[in-house]
Amino acid sequence: MKPPIIELDGIVKTFGALRANDGVSLSIEAGSIHALVGENGAGKTTLMKILYGLYQPDAGTIRIAGETVRLRSPADALARGLGMVHQHFMLVRPLTVAENITLGKEPTAGPFLDHARAAAAVRALSDRYGLAVDPTARVETLSVGQEQRVEILKALYHGANLLILDEPTAVLTPQETEELFAVLRELKAAGTTIVLITHKLREVLDLSDRVTVMRGGKTVGTRETAATSIPELAELMVGRPVLLTLEKKPATPGAAVLELDALAASDDRGLPAVRELSLTVRAGEIVGVAGVEGNGQAELVEAVLGLRRIATGEARLGGVRLNGLTPRAIAALGVAHVPADRLKRGLVLDFPLADDLVFGRHHEPAFHKGPLVDRAGVRAFAEARLAEFDVRPPDPTARAGNLSGGNQQKLVVAREFTRDARLLIAAHPTRGVDLGAIEFIHREIMRQRDAGRAVLVVSSELSELLALSDRIVVLYEGRIVHETAATATDERTLGEYMTGRAASVTGPRA
Amino acid sequence: MTPDLLLSALAQTLRISVPYGLAAVGGALSERGGVINIALEGILLMGALGYVLGAHFTGSAWAGLVTAALAGLLVALVHAFVTVTCRADQITSSLGLNLAALGLSRFVLKEVFGSSSNSSRVAGLPQWDIPLLSAIPFVGPLFGNPLFLLAAALCIAAWFVLFRTPFGLRLRATGEHPEAAATLGLSVAKLRYAGVLLSGGFAGLGGAWLAADQRSFTDGMSGGRGYIALAAMIVGKWNPLGAVAACLLFGFCETLQIRLQGGALPNEFLQMLPYVVTMVVLAGAIGRAHPPAAVGVPYEAEAK
Amino acid sequence: MRALRELVGPLLAVVGALVVGAGFIAVVGQNPFAVYGKMAAGVFGNAYGIGQVLFRATPLVFTGLAVALGFRAGLFNIGAEGQCVVAAFAVAMVGATFGGLPAIVLLPLCLLTAMLAGALWALPPAILKARVGAHEVINTIMMNFIALALVQYLGHDAFVHATVRTTEIGAGARIPRLEAILPFFRGSPVNLSVVLAGLAAGFVGWLLWRTTFGYELRAVGLQPAAAESAGIPVPRTRVLALCLSGALAGLVGTNFVMGYKGFYESGFSGGVGFLGIAVALLGRNHPAGIVLAAVFFAALSYGGLVINTDVPKELVEILQAIVILFAITLHVAIERRGRRKAA
Repeated sequence: MKPPIIELDGIVKTFGALRANDGVSLSIEAGSIHALVGENGAGKTTLMKILYGLYQPDAGTIRIAGETVRLRSPADALARGLGMVHQHFMLVRPLTVAENITLGKEPTAGPFLDHARAAAAVRALSDRYGLAVDPTARVETLSVGQEQRVEILKALYHGANLLILDEPTAVLTPQETEELFAVLRELKAAGTTIVLITHKLREVLDLSDRVTVMRGGKTVGTRETAATSIPELAELMVGRPVLLTLEKKPATPGAAVLELDALAASDDRGLPAVRELSLTVRAGEIVGVAGVEGNGQAELVEAVLGLRRIATGEARLGGVRLNGLTPRAIAALGVAHVPADRLKRGLVLDFPLADDLVFGRHHEPAFHKGPLVDRAGVRAFAEARLAEFDVRPPDPTARAGNLSGGNQQKLVVAREFTRDARLLIAAHPTRGVDLGAIEFIHREIMRQRDAGRAVLVVSSELSELLALSDRIVVLYEGRIVHETAATATDERTLGEYMTGRAASVTGPRA
Repeated sequence: MTPDLLLSALAQTLRISVPYGLAAVGGALSERGGVINIALEGILLMGALGYVLGAHFTGSAWAGLVTAALAGLLVALVHAFVTVTCRADQITSSLGLNLAALGLSRFVLKEVFGSSSNSSRVAGLPQWDIPLLSAIPFVGPLFGNPLFLLAAALCIAAWFVLFRTPFGLRLRATGEHPEAAATLGLSVAKLRYAGVLLSGGFAGLGGAWLAADQRSFTDGMSGGRGYIALAAMIVGKWNPLGAVAACLLFGFCETLQIRLQGGALPNEFLQMLPYVVTMVVLAGAIGRAHPPAAVGVPYEAEAK
Repeated sequence: MRALRELVGPLLAVVGALVVGAGFIAVVGQNPFAVYGKMAAGVFGNAYGIGQVLFRATPLVFTGLAVALGFRAGLFNIGAEGQCVVAAFAVAMVGATFGGLPAIVLLPLCLLTAMLAGALWALPPAILKARVGAHEVINTIMMNFIALALVQYLGHDAFVHATVRTTEIGAGARIPRLEAILPFFRGSPVNLSVVLAGLAAGFVGWLLWRTTFGYELRAVGLQPAAAESAGIPVPRTRVLALCLSGALAGLVGTNFVMGYKGFYESGFSGGVGFLGIAVALLGRNHPAGIVLAAVFFAALSYGGLVINTDVPKELVEILQAIVILFAITLHVAIERRGRRKAA
């Protein structure tokens, strides 16, 4: 019998006090699709970066096709036929597709680069695997789906017969995901081994042959995909049975809180991003905004918050016109906001918890005396909120950056959900958050609704929107192309609208 | 304007531009790889000192060129070690090295030549006789100057290396997205070292030009030229040939400044011109200049 | 505990530089211990030496604070040199032009001029940064050179014939020497602007950690995107911070022009603007640290003169540079260890 293509045995990797991998063992059969699932922070990516030579393990052995190896750098991994498609693409944006793909193994003519041969090599590969992409295009002009194709081609060009994909569908539409899966199945048929890192259990069942679950830096089980189920995998991931559905009372919408009237705004490059968008969010209802990222969701939120200029049209909060108001003035009218990327926008990681708990609220009377910070007021508020939301450690002088991801999210929630707000805007509220914290955040959002606030949720996770929202609108190229009750639709239908294939908008996205 | 006047102005512009060009092209190679190099000023100074020391102790201008390049490489090596290996702040390291170069050159000046202001006179570069070219009035002697020819060749070669060779592609990738280069098995550290060291060699030779031209070293003789070179690199949009063009423009300004001494336009305004132009370019008024995306950011292999 | 850890890097850097310096001293055939001993005795062993150190530390406190305030707002102000040159020149002009005014009017007027001129010189890079995101490092460097050329140009009219200095400022603009109050400092150039430097340090500390503006400024410096989301006007905060930074650098002129010479002289700054970067760095961008670091660099600078007969005084310039290189390198190493422990 042939040995497994990959055998990892007792892999340990620590970052300071954190044991990201704590004696992990994993075996992958050649020519299979092997899924690696686990919550954020379970150690999946660390393990794969060790396999790819990017991290050096503190202990443990790696065997490739039965041979014990030491992978000192990605060069070693590449030489042994490993390829990796990272979650954050590793593409040099100003360079062309062919330059990106051939980088490190460039065809040359004498001492110089041979662009023609590079392009030909890329074309040959892309024809063979049905990964259409223009080799001469600059990467910065590509769509996310195309960028991913370039990443896969890059690995293949460098001779990968084992392909590791880290959360490959995080940025894709349901349709793009299916295209990707078709490519992966084709690769498998051609003999390539595929390791799929994901936290989407549905995809695991769709695609993989076997699945290994990681939790807390350890592997907690491997199953034949055909013989397992989502509840079983979820329980393995979290370590206890998980409620995958949300208890939800029917909404009782009240008066209009947020009214958008033919709103338009441009993106950072000055191109139209939100186009004549009209939407009303009422007190006591949750409106979900679906859409492929980059279709105006971010700009829409920023325009409402005053972070982006409203080009034409109008936004009103409780009848008050928001156009031209500063972000601070809008927040003072009663808007709470959980930003999409809380590590970058929601918290100052180097601040003590007390300072972060009043961040953006520091102009409220309780927190300052004239031009001076009211340190006693801030501290009292912080201590109360830390206790109320069970943030650990409950020490107002601890640095936010030293907290776990879940506690950082609680910090933002503690600050925003305790505002005297009429409108709550939550962008990707559970991105990068583990299952336990997702439950907590969803319940809190529901409580906000039931307390009579208007809630606008933006998310790229359709399952999240379907579970949370009362109403869902789909954004495509800055317009609302579909509006529906959450109970009257499904992921498939929403996906059609998200890609502009359904609805009145014609022509596929470039 | 008579042809003579034009030719002599051209010759003067070219002469002035040589150290700028070498330093600016060197700076572009360093920054394209992702390392800011404000130490060009100090490297020019150490290059000039290196030339004078080499020529002084051996009596040979050729040895001076070699020691000038070595002196530049040495400063660059420290910069690379501090910023690439130790991952310290690139701007501060550069500024520290400029200070070190100033102090060290004075220290050596005193210890070797017993003077706080200038060295003794050393050999200048030989003058080659190039058929036809050398006969051109004013400009001719430049074509017979080995360092001028070397500088011109190096600046053009730098463009080819950067945009036409695998090394150049890898260097640019490293400056834009070091993680991407690393995941393809390239060594970010080696590439960045290469970029910084190249800048040291280039600017070191630029310093040699200053010292060889004057046949001696004087205290602080780089006189802010490293900063002008930095400005030229930006105006030239991190492209070696663009940088050379900007250097020629700045060199021409300086020529005018020297020739219009006491003229209608106050000298100081011509003096300001390179700096003002650079600010205008940075403001995006003449097409946007984009530095390499990862310039100034230390690369850490096991970042978590 | 945290304060203690902050001290480790700078102290190691100083020790490291002194060790390397000992190597240089040995190379020129001197005994490092004897030279360092002589330096210490000459600098701190008598009132004149202490006065010299305080005099030299004064401008370094101003520029160190200027650079640190910029850093706290996420801006690297390399333009302290140009800002202090322009400000000193402006002070000299105002002090001479309105030389007849009494001190009660002229003194505040000159101080205001210094701050305003420094702030003004920081304004173009500040606006370019806020408006189009142009990198302030390059722009402040450019402004340094523009400042030199501008003062040179204005000097055609302003300088005393055949010199590079201006006419004397009026008596009302003079800041008294410290010896007028403390006879201990007899003969040394230290003047009351050292008190102003202390006040400035206190002000910066108060501004950064007691006021809402300082809170916002630090947030902008640490995470501009988060500050923007929190409704903090990031561009305005940056412009204000860089102008305040320039104003602090502008105060350098008080020491030299108002407290010492009584006129502006080309080349007076001796690179205090650049050295301010080293001071801020070694002082960990904290006012108390900056005062200590300024005293250290001032002691080195005067110490160089003390030992000049044995070892070229340029040794101290090398030492200053090595301190910088060690400090930044050690800082990264210590942060990394700290993070590893905390993680």
